Amino acid sequence: MSATSETKPVKKRQGVIEHTLSDISHTLEQSIFAEDIARQRGLLQSIDPRVKVLSMVALLIAVGLSRSLAVIIGLYLLTLVLARVSAVPMSFFIKRVWLFMPFFTGIIALPALFITPGPTLVQLPLGLMITRTGAMTALFLLLRVSTSVSLAILLVLTTPWNSVLKALGVLHVPDVFVLILGMTYRYIYLLLHTVNDMFLSRKSRVMGRLSGAEERRLIAASAGTLLGKSLHLSGEVYLAMQSRGFRGYPRTMDTFKMRALDWACLIGMLLVTGIAIWLGSQGTQ
Amino acid sequence: MSNEAVFDFQGVSFAYDGKVKALEDASLCVEAGERVAILGSNGSGKSTLLKLMDGLYFPNAGTACAFGAALTEQAFQDDAFNFSFRQRVGLVFQDSEVQLFSPSVWDEVAFAPLQLGLRREDVVKRVDDALVSLRIEKLRDRAPHRLSGGEKKRVALASVLSFNPEVWLMDEPTAGLDPRSQSWLVDFLIEQGRAGKTVVTATHDLNIVDSIADRVYVINEDHHIVAQGTPGEVLSNHELLIACNLMHEHLHRHDDRSEEHSHPHIHLPSHEHLTA
Ligand SMILES: Nc1ncnc2c1ncn2[C@@H]1O[C@H](COP(=O)(O)OP(=O)(O)OP(=O)(O)O)[C@@H](O)[C@H]1O
Ligand SMILES: [Mg+2]
Ligand SMILES: [Zn+2]
Ligand SMILES: [Zn+2]
Repeated sequence: MSATSETKPVKKRQGVIEHTLSDISHTLEQSIFAEDIARQRGLLQSIDPRVKVLSMVALLIAVGLSRSLAVIIGLYLLTLVLARVSAVPMSFFIKRVWLFMPFFTGIIALPALFITPGPTLVQLPLGLMITRTGAMTALFLLLRVSTSVSLAILLVLTTPWNSVLKALGVLHVPDVFVLILGMTYRYIYLLLHTVNDMFLSRKSRVMGRLSGAEERRLIAASAGTLLGKSLHLSGEVYLAMQSRGFRGYPRTMDTFKMRALDWACLIGMLLVTGIAIWLGSQGTQ
Repeated sequence: MSNEAVFDFQGVSFAYDGKVKALEDASLCVEAGERVAILGSNGSGKSTLLKLMDGLYFPNAGTACAFGAALTEQAFQDDAFNFSFRQRVGLVFQDSEVQLFSPSVWDEVAFAPLQLGLRREDVVKRVDDALVSLRIEKLRDRAPHRLSGGEKKRVALASVLSFNPEVWLMDEPTAGLDPRSQSWLVDFLIEQGRAGKTVVTATHDLNIVDSIADRVYVINEDHHIVAQGTPGEVLSNHELLIACNLMHEHLHRHDDRSEEHSHPHIHLPSHEHLTA
Protein backbone atom coordinates (compact mmCIF):
# COMPACT_ATOMS: atom_id res chain seq x y z
CA MET A 1 0.00 0.00 0.00
CA SER A 2 2.72 2.41 0.94
CA ALA A 3 4.54 1.61 -2.28
CA THR A 4 1.57 2.47 -4.45
CA SER A 5 0.83 5.68 -2.62
CA GLU A 6 4.41 6.73 -3.24
CA THR A 7 4.46 5.95 -6.93
CA LYS A 8 1.08 7.38 -7.76
CA PRO A 9 1.86 11.10 -7.60
CA VAL A 10 4.83 10.56 -9.89
CA LYS A 11 2.60 8.98 -12.49
CA LYS A 12 0.11 11.81 -12.27
CA ARG A 13 2.70 14.40 -13.21
CA GLN A 14 2.56 13.30 -16.81
CA GLY A 15 -0.62 14.35 -18.54
CA VAL A 16 -2.75 11.83 -20.36
CA ILE A 17 -1.59 12.76 -23.86
CA GLU A 18 2.03 12.94 -22.86
CA HIS A 19 1.85 9.64 -21.05
CA THR A 20 0.32 7.90 -24.03
CA LEU A 21 2.77 9.45 -26.46
CA SER A 22 5.79 8.57 -24.39
CA ASP A 23 4.44 5.04 -23.95
CA ILE A 24 3.98 4.58 -27.67
CA SER A 25 7.35 6.02 -28.63
CA HIS A 26 9.13 3.99 -26.00
CA THR A 27 7.47 0.73 -27.05
CA LEU A 28 8.16 1.48 -30.70
CA GLU A 29 11.82 2.20 -30.09
CA GLN A 30 12.18 -0.98 -28.10
CA SER A 31 10.29 -3.22 -30.47
CA ILE A 32 11.49 -1.98 -33.84
CA PHE A 33 15.10 -1.51 -32.94
CA ALA A 34 15.88 -4.33 -30.58
CA GLU A 35 17.91 -6.73 -32.65
CA ASP A 36 18.46 -9.27 -29.92
CA ILE A 37 16.31 -11.96 -31.54
CA ALA A 38 18.18 -11.50 -34.82
CA ARG A 39 21.38 -12.32 -32.93
CA GLN A 40 20.08 -15.59 -31.46
CA ARG A 41 20.89 -18.93 -33.00
CA GLY A 42 17.93 -20.35 -34.84
CA LEU A 43 16.87 -21.72 -38.17
CA LEU A 44 15.80 -18.47 -39.79
CA GLN A 45 18.76 -16.55 -38.39
CA SER A 46 21.12 -18.87 -40.26
CA ILE A 47 19.38 -18.51 -43.62
CA ASP A 48 20.67 -16.12 -46.27
CA PRO A 49 18.66 -12.87 -46.10
CA ARG A 50 18.02 -12.99 -49.85
CA VAL A 51 16.34 -16.37 -49.47
CA LYS A 52 14.26 -15.02 -46.63
CA VAL A 53 13.15 -11.96 -48.55
CA LEU A 54 12.28 -14.01 -51.65
CA SER A 55 10.43 -16.67 -49.64
CA MET A 56 8.49 -14.04 -47.77
CA VAL A 57 7.37 -12.34 -50.96
CA ALA A 58 6.38 -15.72 -52.47
CA LEU A 59 4.40 -16.72 -49.39
CA LEU A 60 2.71 -13.31 -49.25
CA ILE A 61 1.52 -13.85 -52.80
CA ALA A 62 0.22 -17.32 -51.89
CA VAL A 63 -1.68 -15.87 -48.94
CA GLY A 64 -3.11 -13.12 -51.08
CA LEU A 65 -4.26 -15.48 -53.84
CA SER A 66 -5.68 -18.25 -51.68
CA ARG A 67 -9.44 -18.78 -51.79
CA SER A 68 -9.23 -21.55 -49.19
CA LEU A 69 -9.35 -20.78 -45.50
CA ALA A 70 -7.56 -24.03 -44.69
CA VAL A 71 -4.55 -23.01 -46.80
CA ILE A 72 -4.28 -19.65 -45.07
CA ILE A 73 -4.58 -21.28 -41.66
CA GLY A 74 -1.94 -23.79 -42.74
CA LEU A 75 0.43 -20.98 -43.71
CA TYR A 76 -0.23 -19.20 -40.43
CA LEU A 77 0.64 -22.40 -38.57
CA LEU A 78 3.80 -22.58 -40.66
CA THR A 79 4.85 -19.15 -39.38
CA LEU A 80 4.31 -20.40 -35.84
CA VAL A 81 6.53 -23.41 -36.48
CA LEU A 82 9.21 -21.21 -38.04
CA ALA A 83 9.03 -18.81 -35.10
CA ARG A 84 9.35 -21.77 -32.76
CA VAL A 85 12.57 -23.04 -34.36
CA SER A 86 14.02 -19.54 -34.60
CA ALA A 87 14.05 -18.65 -30.93
CA VAL A 88 11.22 -16.15 -31.32
CA PRO A 89 9.29 -16.14 -28.05
CA MET A 90 5.86 -17.59 -28.87
CA SER A 91 3.64 -15.44 -26.69
CA PHE A 92 5.46 -12.32 -27.85
CA PHE A 93 5.11 -13.28 -31.51
CA ILE A 94 1.42 -14.18 -31.34
CA LYS A 95 0.51 -11.26 -29.12
CA ARG A 96 2.28 -8.70 -31.23
CA VAL A 97 0.40 -9.82 -34.32
CA TRP A 98 -3.03 -10.17 -32.72
CA LEU A 99 -2.79 -6.99 -30.69
CA PHE A 100 -2.17 -4.89 -33.77
CA MET A 101 -4.78 -6.79 -35.76
CA PRO A 102 -7.96 -5.05 -34.55
CA PHE A 103 -6.19 -1.84 -35.34
CA PHE A 104 -5.42 -2.65 -38.97
CA THR A 105 -8.33 -4.80 -40.01
CA GLY A 106 -11.05 -4.11 -37.52
CA ILE A 107 -12.08 -0.95 -39.25
CA ILE A 108 -12.27 -2.63 -42.64
CA ALA A 109 -13.54 -6.01 -41.53
CA LEU A 110 -16.36 -4.76 -39.33
CA PRO A 111 -18.57 -3.24 -42.04
CA ALA A 112 -18.02 -6.30 -44.25
CA LEU A 113 -19.55 -8.35 -41.49
CA PHE A 114 -22.87 -6.52 -41.86
CA ILE A 115 -23.15 -5.25 -45.39
CA THR A 116 -22.22 -8.33 -47.43
CA PRO A 117 -25.46 -9.83 -48.70
CA GLY A 118 -26.11 -13.57 -48.19
CA PRO A 119 -27.87 -16.07 -45.97
CA THR A 120 -28.37 -14.84 -42.42
CA LEU A 121 -26.10 -16.23 -39.73
CA VAL A 122 -27.09 -14.21 -36.66
CA GLN A 123 -29.98 -11.83 -36.32
CA LEU A 124 -29.19 -8.78 -34.22
CA PRO A 125 -31.53 -6.12 -32.81
CA LEU A 126 -32.13 -2.89 -34.74
CA GLY A 127 -32.62 -4.92 -37.89
CA LEU A 128 -28.93 -5.67 -38.20
CA MET A 129 -27.88 -9.12 -39.22
CA ILE A 130 -24.64 -10.90 -39.83
CA THR A 131 -24.73 -12.85 -43.06
CA ARG A 132 -22.81 -16.05 -43.64
CA THR A 133 -20.98 -14.50 -46.56
CA GLY A 134 -20.20 -11.41 -44.49
CA ALA A 135 -18.73 -13.49 -41.69
CA MET A 136 -16.60 -15.43 -44.16
CA THR A 137 -15.34 -12.26 -45.82
CA ALA A 138 -14.38 -10.76 -42.46
CA LEU A 139 -12.73 -13.99 -41.37
CA PHE A 140 -10.73 -14.21 -44.62
CA LEU A 141 -9.58 -10.64 -44.28
CA LEU A 142 -8.56 -11.10 -40.68
CA LEU A 143 -6.61 -14.28 -41.36
CA ARG A 144 -4.98 -12.97 -44.52
CA VAL A 145 -3.74 -9.85 -42.82
CA SER A 146 -2.52 -11.59 -39.69
CA THR A 147 -0.70 -14.27 -41.67
CA SER A 148 0.94 -11.63 -43.86
CA VAL A 149 1.89 -9.55 -40.85
CA SER A 150 3.29 -12.67 -39.15
CA LEU A 151 5.47 -13.37 -42.17
CA ALA A 152 6.79 -9.82 -42.27
CA ILE A 153 7.43 -9.74 -38.53
CA LEU A 154 9.23 -13.06 -38.75
CA LEU A 155 11.58 -11.66 -41.40
CA VAL A 156 12.28 -8.45 -39.51
CA LEU A 157 12.76 -10.16 -36.15
CA THR A 158 15.22 -12.74 -37.39
CA THR A 159 17.25 -10.53 -39.74
CA PRO A 160 19.34 -7.51 -38.82
CA TRP A 161 17.86 -4.53 -40.59
CA ASN A 162 21.03 -3.85 -42.56
CA SER A 163 20.91 -7.36 -44.01
CA VAL A 164 17.31 -6.82 -45.09
CA LEU A 165 18.41 -3.64 -46.85
CA LYS A 166 21.37 -5.33 -48.48
CA ALA A 167 19.24 -8.26 -49.60
CA LEU A 168 16.85 -5.82 -51.26
CA GLY A 169 19.80 -4.21 -53.02
CA VAL A 170 21.15 -7.52 -54.24
CA LEU A 171 17.70 -8.52 -55.47
CA HIS A 172 17.77 -5.47 -57.74
CA VAL A 173 15.43 -3.29 -55.81
CA PRO A 174 16.74 0.13 -56.97
CA ASP A 175 19.63 1.48 -54.85
CA VAL A 176 17.94 4.80 -54.30
CA PHE A 177 14.89 3.06 -52.85
CA VAL A 178 17.07 1.01 -50.52
CA LEU A 179 18.98 4.13 -49.50
CA ILE A 180 15.77 5.98 -48.75
CA LEU A 181 14.45 3.03 -46.76
CA GLY A 182 17.66 2.91 -44.76
CA MET A 183 17.66 6.62 -44.07
CA THR A 184 13.99 6.56 -43.13
CA TYR A 185 14.75 3.88 -40.61
CA ARG A 186 17.54 6.00 -39.16
CA TYR A 187 15.37 9.08 -38.99
CA ILE A 188 12.60 7.15 -37.31
CA TYR A 189 15.13 5.89 -34.80
CA LEU A 190 16.51 9.33 -34.19
CA LEU A 191 13.05 10.82 -34.00
CA LEU A 192 11.83 8.24 -31.50
CA HIS A 193 15.03 8.53 -29.55
CA THR A 194 14.79 12.31 -29.43
CA VAL A 195 11.13 12.15 -28.46
CA ASN A 196 11.96 9.78 -25.61
CA ASP A 197 14.83 11.97 -24.48
CA MET A 198 12.60 15.01 -24.59
CA PHE A 199 10.00 13.28 -22.45
CA LEU A 200 12.67 12.17 -20.03
CA SER A 201 14.23 15.61 -19.72
CA ARG A 202 10.80 17.14 -19.27
CA LYS A 203 9.97 14.59 -16.62
CA SER A 204 13.12 15.53 -14.76
CA ARG A 205 12.31 19.23 -14.86
CA VAL A 206 8.52 19.54 -14.58
CA MET A 207 7.64 19.39 -10.92
CA GLY A 208 3.93 19.99 -10.82
CA ARG A 209 1.15 18.64 -12.94
CA LEU A 210 0.39 20.49 -16.16
CA SER A 211 -3.08 21.51 -17.18
CA GLY A 212 -4.47 20.03 -20.39
CA ALA A 213 -3.91 23.29 -22.28
CA GLU A 214 -0.35 23.66 -21.03
CA GLU A 215 0.37 20.11 -21.99
CA ARG A 216 -0.97 20.58 -25.51
CA ARG A 217 1.08 23.74 -25.93
CA LEU A 218 4.24 22.00 -24.79
CA ILE A 219 3.66 19.11 -27.14
CA ALA A 220 3.07 21.46 -30.06
CA ALA A 221 6.29 23.30 -29.23
CA SER A 222 8.17 20.02 -29.01
CA ALA A 223 6.84 18.92 -32.36
CA GLY A 224 8.18 22.16 -33.85
CA THR A 225 11.58 21.66 -32.29
CA LEU A 226 11.65 18.09 -33.51
CA LEU A 227 10.87 19.12 -37.07
CA GLY A 228 13.62 21.75 -36.98
CA LYS A 229 16.03 19.22 -35.58
CA SER A 230 15.34 16.61 -38.20
CA LEU A 231 15.62 19.16 -41.01
CA HIS A 232 18.95 20.34 -39.67
CA LEU A 233 20.08 16.78 -39.23
CA SER A 234 19.22 15.72 -42.75
CA GLY A 235 21.16 18.69 -44.10
CA GLU A 236 24.21 17.80 -42.03
CA VAL A 237 24.00 14.10 -42.91
CA TYR A 238 23.96 15.03 -46.57
CA LEU A 239 27.09 17.17 -46.13
CA ALA A 240 28.81 14.31 -44.32
CA MET A 241 27.98 11.97 -47.20
CA GLN A 242 29.25 14.49 -49.75
CA SER A 243 32.44 14.92 -47.79
CA ARG A 244 33.14 11.24 -48.23
CA GLY A 245 32.62 11.23 -51.96
CA PHE A 246 28.85 10.71 -52.33
CA ARG A 247 27.61 11.90 -55.73
CA GLY A 248 23.90 11.18 -55.56
CA TYR A 249 23.89 7.43 -55.96
CA PRO A 250 25.19 5.02 -53.36
CA ARG A 251 27.57 2.20 -54.18
CA THR A 252 27.23 -0.86 -52.04
CA MET A 253 28.84 -4.24 -51.83
CA ASP A 254 27.20 -7.55 -51.09
CA THR A 255 28.94 -10.16 -49.01
CA PHE A 256 26.29 -12.89 -49.08
CA LYS A 257 27.08 -16.52 -49.83
CA MET A 258 24.52 -19.22 -50.62
CA ARG A 259 25.14 -22.49 -48.81
CA ALA A 260 23.42 -25.87 -49.08
CA LEU A 261 21.00 -24.99 -46.30
CA ASP A 262 20.03 -21.79 -48.09
CA TRP A 263 19.32 -23.62 -51.34
CA ALA A 264 17.34 -26.26 -49.48
CA CYS A 265 15.33 -23.59 -47.72
CA LEU A 266 14.70 -21.66 -50.92
CA ILE A 267 13.52 -24.77 -52.77
CA GLY A 268 11.43 -25.87 -49.80
CA MET A 269 9.73 -22.52 -49.48
CA LEU A 270 9.04 -22.22 -53.18
CA LEU A 271 7.52 -25.73 -53.11
CA VAL A 272 5.32 -24.82 -50.17
CA THR A 273 4.29 -21.66 -52.01
CA GLY A 274 3.49 -23.60 -55.18
CA ILE A 275 1.39 -26.13 -53.34
CA ALA A 276 -0.35 -23.41 -51.35
CA ILE A 277 -1.23 -21.50 -54.49
CA TRP A 278 -2.51 -24.65 -56.19
CA LEU A 279 -4.57 -25.77 -53.19
CA GLY A 280 -5.77 -22.23 -52.62
CA SER A 281 -7.10 -21.95 -56.15
CA GLN A 282 -9.07 -25.19 -55.73
CA GLY A 283 -10.56 -24.01 -52.48
CA THR A 284 -14.23 -23.57 -51.94
CA GLN A 285 -15.07 -21.11 -49.24
CA MET B 1 55.48 20.72 -54.86
CA SER B 2 56.10 20.27 -51.16
CA ASN B 3 55.74 23.96 -50.43
CA GLU B 4 52.52 24.38 -52.37
CA ALA B 5 49.91 25.58 -49.90
CA VAL B 6 47.28 23.01 -49.02
CA PHE B 7 44.83 25.78 -48.13
CA ASP B 8 45.03 29.42 -49.10
CA PHE B 9 42.07 31.52 -47.95
CA GLN B 10 41.96 35.26 -48.72
CA GLY B 11 39.29 37.50 -47.19
CA VAL B 12 36.72 34.73 -46.94
CA SER B 13 33.30 35.64 -45.54
CA PHE B 14 30.35 33.36 -45.06
CA ALA B 15 26.83 33.85 -43.73
CA TYR B 16 24.11 31.22 -43.39
CA ASP B 17 21.14 32.00 -45.63
CA GLY B 18 22.98 35.22 -46.42
CA LYS B 19 21.93 36.56 -43.01
CA VAL B 20 23.54 34.77 -40.04
CA LYS B 21 27.20 35.79 -40.05
CA ALA B 22 29.53 32.90 -39.33
CA LEU B 23 32.89 33.99 -40.74
CA GLU B 24 34.18 37.47 -41.61
CA ASP B 25 37.10 38.37 -43.84
CA ALA B 26 39.18 35.34 -42.89
CA SER B 27 42.63 34.89 -44.38
CA LEU B 28 44.75 31.86 -43.59
CA CYS B 29 47.30 29.60 -45.14
CA VAL B 30 48.09 25.97 -44.35
CA GLU B 31 51.21 24.31 -45.77
CA ALA B 32 51.50 20.61 -46.55
CA GLY B 33 52.43 18.57 -43.50
CA GLU B 34 51.62 21.40 -41.12
CA ARG B 35 49.59 20.94 -37.96
CA VAL B 36 47.29 23.87 -37.36
CA ALA B 37 44.79 24.55 -34.59
CA ILE B 38 41.79 26.83 -35.02
CA LEU B 39 40.88 28.27 -31.63
CA GLY B 40 37.60 29.97 -30.90
CA SER B 41 34.73 29.93 -28.43
CA ASN B 42 31.24 28.56 -29.12
CA GLY B 43 29.64 30.08 -32.18
CA SER B 44 32.82 31.83 -33.38
CA GLY B 45 32.75 30.00 -36.73
CA LYS B 46 35.19 27.09 -36.41
CA SER B 47 32.87 24.44 -37.83
CA THR B 48 31.89 26.77 -40.63
CA LEU B 49 35.53 27.36 -41.51
CA LEU B 50 36.23 23.61 -41.66
CA LYS B 51 33.21 23.05 -43.91
CA LEU B 52 34.49 25.78 -46.21
CA MET B 53 37.89 24.06 -46.25
CA ASP B 54 36.19 20.77 -47.12
CA GLY B 55 34.33 22.33 -50.06
CA LEU B 56 30.92 21.75 -48.49
CA TYR B 57 30.09 25.46 -48.29
CA PHE B 58 31.44 28.16 -50.57
CA PRO B 59 32.47 31.73 -49.62
CA ASN B 60 30.06 34.62 -50.08
CA ALA B 61 33.10 36.85 -50.52
CA GLY B 62 36.85 36.31 -50.87
CA THR B 63 38.63 33.33 -52.39
CA ALA B 64 39.18 29.86 -51.00
CA CYS B 65 41.87 27.76 -52.68
CA ALA B 66 43.08 24.24 -51.99
CA PHE B 67 46.07 22.60 -53.67
CA GLY B 68 46.28 25.66 -55.91
CA ALA B 69 42.73 25.36 -57.25
CA ALA B 70 39.77 27.55 -56.31
CA LEU B 71 37.07 25.81 -54.28
CA THR B 72 33.85 26.81 -56.00
CA GLU B 73 30.54 25.13 -56.56
CA GLN B 74 31.40 24.95 -60.25
CA ALA B 75 34.73 23.25 -59.64
CA PHE B 76 32.99 20.46 -57.72
CA GLN B 77 30.59 19.82 -60.61
CA ASP B 78 33.57 18.26 -62.32
CA ASP B 79 33.75 14.58 -61.36
CA ALA B 80 37.52 14.37 -61.67
CA PHE B 81 38.07 17.39 -59.42
CA ASN B 82 35.50 16.21 -56.89
CA PHE B 83 37.05 12.76 -56.87
CA SER B 84 40.62 13.91 -56.30
CA PHE B 85 39.69 16.53 -53.70
CA ARG B 86 37.44 14.19 -51.69
CA GLN B 87 40.19 11.58 -51.72
CA ARG B 88 42.78 14.01 -50.41
CA VAL B 89 40.76 15.73 -47.70
CA GLY B 90 38.82 14.09 -44.87
CA LEU B 91 36.55 15.90 -42.39
CA VAL B 92 35.62 14.44 -39.03
CA PHE B 93 32.40 16.19 -38.03
CA GLN B 94 31.87 17.70 -34.61
CA ASP B 95 28.71 15.67 -34.15
CA SER B 96 29.51 12.02 -34.90
CA GLU B 97 25.78 11.40 -35.07
CA VAL B 98 25.51 13.06 -38.48
CA GLN B 99 28.53 11.28 -39.83
CA LEU B 100 27.13 7.85 -39.10
CA PHE B 101 24.33 7.07 -41.53
CA SER B 102 25.06 3.52 -42.64
CA PRO B 103 23.29 0.44 -41.29
CA SER B 104 26.40 -1.16 -39.78
CA VAL B 105 29.83 -0.08 -38.63
CA TRP B 106 31.42 -2.09 -41.44
CA ASP B 107 29.29 -0.35 -44.08
CA GLU B 108 30.01 3.00 -42.50
CA VAL B 109 33.76 2.53 -42.76
CA ALA B 110 33.41 1.10 -46.28
CA PHE B 111 31.29 4.01 -47.49
CA ALA B 112 34.07 6.33 -48.67
CA PRO B 113 36.28 3.64 -50.28
CA LEU B 114 33.22 2.40 -52.19
CA GLN B 115 32.16 5.89 -53.30
CA LEU B 116 35.72 6.54 -54.43
CA GLY B 117 35.50 3.45 -56.61
CA LEU B 118 38.16 1.23 -55.05
CA ARG B 119 38.31 -2.44 -56.00
CA ARG B 120 36.47 -4.90 -53.76
CA GLU B 121 39.57 -6.55 -52.29
CA ASP B 122 41.02 -3.13 -51.54
CA VAL B 123 37.82 -1.98 -49.88
CA VAL B 124 37.78 -5.03 -47.63
CA LYS B 125 41.41 -4.56 -46.71
CA ARG B 126 41.10 -0.83 -46.06
CA VAL B 127 38.07 -1.36 -43.86
CA ASP B 128 39.67 -4.16 -41.87
CA ASP B 129 42.86 -2.13 -41.38
CA ALA B 130 40.92 0.91 -40.20
CA LEU B 131 38.85 -1.17 -37.78
CA VAL B 132 41.96 -2.79 -36.35
CA SER B 133 43.93 0.40 -35.94
CA LEU B 134 41.06 2.06 -34.08
CA ARG B 135 40.45 -1.12 -32.11
CA ILE B 136 36.81 -1.47 -33.05
CA GLU B 137 36.85 -4.85 -34.85
CA LYS B 138 34.30 -6.09 -32.35
CA LEU B 139 31.80 -3.43 -33.36
CA ARG B 140 31.82 -4.28 -37.07
CA ASP B 141 28.26 -5.60 -37.25
CA ARG B 142 26.72 -3.16 -34.81
CA ALA B 143 24.45 -0.30 -35.84
CA PRO B 144 26.58 2.87 -35.56
CA HIS B 145 23.82 5.06 -34.16
CA ARG B 146 23.38 2.78 -31.16
CA LEU B 147 26.99 3.02 -29.94
CA SER B 148 28.27 5.10 -27.04
CA GLY B 149 29.67 8.57 -27.70
CA GLY B 150 33.29 7.42 -27.53
CA GLU B 151 32.65 4.42 -29.78
CA LYS B 152 30.87 6.67 -32.25
CA LYS B 153 33.88 8.94 -32.40
CA ARG B 154 36.15 6.00 -33.18
CA VAL B 155 33.83 4.82 -35.94
CA ALA B 156 33.73 8.34 -37.37
CA LEU B 157 37.55 8.41 -37.37
CA ALA B 158 37.70 4.95 -38.97
CA SER B 159 35.29 6.07 -41.68
CA VAL B 160 37.80 8.74 -42.69
CA LEU B 161 40.95 6.69 -42.01
CA SER B 162 39.70 4.05 -44.47
CA PHE B 163 40.35 6.35 -47.43
CA ASN B 164 43.64 7.57 -46.01
CA PRO B 165 43.40 11.31 -46.80
CA GLU B 166 46.44 13.60 -46.97
CA VAL B 167 44.59 16.23 -44.99
CA TRP B 168 42.61 15.68 -41.80
CA LEU B 169 40.09 18.31 -40.80
CA MET B 170 39.03 17.63 -37.22
CA ASP B 171 36.10 19.44 -35.63
CA GLU B 172 36.43 19.43 -31.83
CA PRO B 173 37.69 15.86 -31.75
CA THR B 174 38.08 15.62 -27.97
CA ALA B 175 34.70 17.06 -27.02
CA GLY B 176 32.63 14.67 -24.95
CA LEU B 177 35.37 12.07 -24.51
CA ASP B 178 36.62 10.79 -21.18
CA PRO B 179 40.24 11.65 -20.23
CA ARG B 180 41.65 8.34 -21.45
CA SER B 181 39.94 8.59 -24.85
CA GLN B 182 41.04 12.22 -25.07
CA SER B 183 44.70 11.40 -24.67
CA TRP B 184 44.29 8.48 -27.04
CA LEU B 185 42.86 10.88 -29.60
CA VAL B 186 45.69 13.36 -29.12
CA ASP B 187 48.12 10.48 -29.74
CA PHE B 188 46.21 9.59 -32.88
CA LEU B 189 46.59 13.16 -34.17
CA ILE B 190 50.28 13.23 -33.29
CA GLU B 191 50.73 9.98 -35.23
CA GLN B 192 48.98 11.42 -38.29
CA GLY B 193 51.28 14.44 -38.09
CA ARG B 194 54.35 12.21 -37.88
CA ALA B 195 53.14 10.29 -40.92
CA GLY B 196 53.38 13.58 -42.82
CA LYS B 197 49.66 14.34 -42.91
CA THR B 198 48.32 17.86 -42.73
CA VAL B 199 46.12 18.14 -39.65
CA VAL B 200 43.77 21.06 -39.03
CA THR B 201 41.97 20.87 -35.69
CA ALA B 202 39.21 23.18 -34.51
CA THR B 203 38.92 23.31 -30.74
CA HIS B 204 38.38 25.44 -27.67
CA ASP B 205 40.32 23.00 -25.53
CA LEU B 206 43.52 24.90 -24.72
CA ASN B 207 44.99 21.85 -22.98
CA ILE B 208 45.61 19.95 -26.18
CA VAL B 209 46.77 22.78 -28.41
CA ASP B 210 50.42 22.40 -27.53
CA SER B 211 50.46 18.71 -28.46
CA ILE B 212 48.48 18.84 -31.69
CA ALA B 213 49.57 22.06 -33.40
CA ASP B 214 52.65 23.86 -34.65
CA ARG B 215 50.64 26.94 -35.47
CA VAL B 216 47.43 28.43 -34.10
CA TYR B 217 44.75 30.74 -35.53
CA VAL B 218 42.38 32.44 -33.12
CA ILE B 219 38.83 33.43 -34.12
CA ASN B 220 36.99 35.93 -31.93
CA GLU B 221 33.30 36.10 -31.17
CA ASP B 222 32.75 38.50 -34.07
CA HIS B 223 33.91 35.75 -36.43
CA HIS B 224 37.21 37.45 -37.33
CA ILE B 225 40.61 35.79 -37.29
CA VAL B 226 42.36 38.02 -34.78
CA ALA B 227 45.68 36.31 -34.20
CA GLN B 228 48.03 33.62 -35.34
CA GLY B 229 51.28 32.29 -33.94
CA THR B 230 52.95 29.34 -32.28
CA PRO B 231 51.06 27.63 -29.46
CA GLY B 232 53.54 29.19 -27.01
CA GLU B 233 52.89 32.71 -28.26
CA VAL B 234 49.13 32.38 -28.35
CA LEU B 235 48.73 30.55 -25.05
CA SER B 236 50.80 33.17 -23.19
CA ASN B 237 48.68 36.03 -24.55
CA HIS B 238 46.10 36.06 -21.76
CA GLU B 239 44.51 39.32 -22.84
CA LEU B 240 43.72 37.84 -26.24
CA LEU B 241 42.43 34.60 -24.80
CA ILE B 242 40.14 36.38 -22.34
CA ALA B 243 38.87 38.73 -25.07
CA CYS B 244 38.03 35.69 -27.21
CA ASN B 245 36.32 33.96 -24.30
CA LEU B 246 38.80 31.11 -24.27
CA MET B 247 40.09 31.81 -20.78
CA HIS B 248 38.36 33.14 -17.72
CA GLU B 249 38.95 34.64 -14.33
CA HIS B 250 37.24 33.94 -11.02
CA LEU B 251 37.96 33.18 -7.40
CA HIS B 252 39.60 29.85 -6.76
CA ARG B 253 42.20 27.98 -4.72
CA HIS B 254 44.72 25.32 -5.59
CA ASP B 255 47.32 23.08 -3.98
CA ASP B 256 50.27 25.48 -4.14
CA ARG B 257 48.19 28.54 -3.05
CA SER B 258 45.64 27.63 -0.46
CA GLU B 259 44.25 31.17 0.11
CA GLU B 260 41.42 32.24 -2.16
CA HIS B 261 42.64 34.38 -5.07
CA SER B 262 41.78 35.36 -8.62
CA HIS B 263 43.64 35.48 -11.94
CA PRO B 264 43.05 34.42 -15.54
CA HIS B 265 43.29 30.67 -16.00
CA ILE B 266 42.09 27.66 -17.87
CA HIS B 267 41.29 24.35 -16.30
CA LEU B 268 44.60 22.57 -16.59
CA PRO B 269 45.06 19.43 -14.48
CA SER B 270 47.82 21.27 -12.59
CA HIS B 271 45.45 24.15 -11.88
CA GLU B 272 42.43 22.36 -10.61
CA HIS B 273 39.79 24.31 -8.76
CA LEU B 274 39.45 23.39 -5.15
CA THR B 275 36.42 25.64 -4.79
CA ALA B 276 34.01 26.34 -7.60
N1 LIG C 1 23.15 25.50 -40.18
C1 LIG C 1 23.18 26.73 -39.67
N2 LIG C 1 22.21 27.61 -39.99
C2 LIG C 1 22.24 28.87 -39.52
N3 LIG C 1 23.19 29.35 -38.72
C3 LIG C 1 24.20 28.53 -38.36
C4 LIG C 1 24.24 27.18 -38.82
N4 LIG C 1 25.34 26.60 -38.31
C5 LIG C 1 25.96 27.55 -37.56
N5 LIG C 1 25.27 28.72 -37.59
C6 LIG C 1 25.66 29.97 -36.92
O1 LIG C 1 26.92 30.37 -37.44
C7 LIG C 1 27.77 30.82 -36.39
C8 LIG C 1 29.07 30.01 -36.37
O2 LIG C 1 28.74 28.66 -36.08
P1 LIG C 1 29.80 27.49 -36.03
O3 LIG C 1 29.04 26.23 -35.90
O4 LIG C 1 30.72 27.62 -37.17
O5 LIG C 1 30.55 27.84 -34.67
P2 LIG C 1 31.64 26.99 -33.88
O6 LIG C 1 32.82 27.86 -33.68
O7 LIG C 1 31.86 25.70 -34.55
O8 LIG C 1 30.90 26.77 -32.48
P3 LIG C 1 30.96 25.52 -31.47
O9 LIG C 1 32.22 25.66 -30.68
O10 LIG C 1 29.77 25.72 -30.60
O11 LIG C 1 30.91 24.30 -32.29
C9 LIG C 1 26.96 30.70 -35.10
O12 LIG C 1 26.47 31.99 -34.79
C10 LIG C 1 25.84 29.78 -35.44
O13 LIG C 1 24.68 30.13 -34.74
MG1 LIG D 1 31.60 23.79 -34.07
ZN1 LIG E 1 45.32 30.27 -9.30
ZN1 LIG F 1 37.89 28.57 -13.66
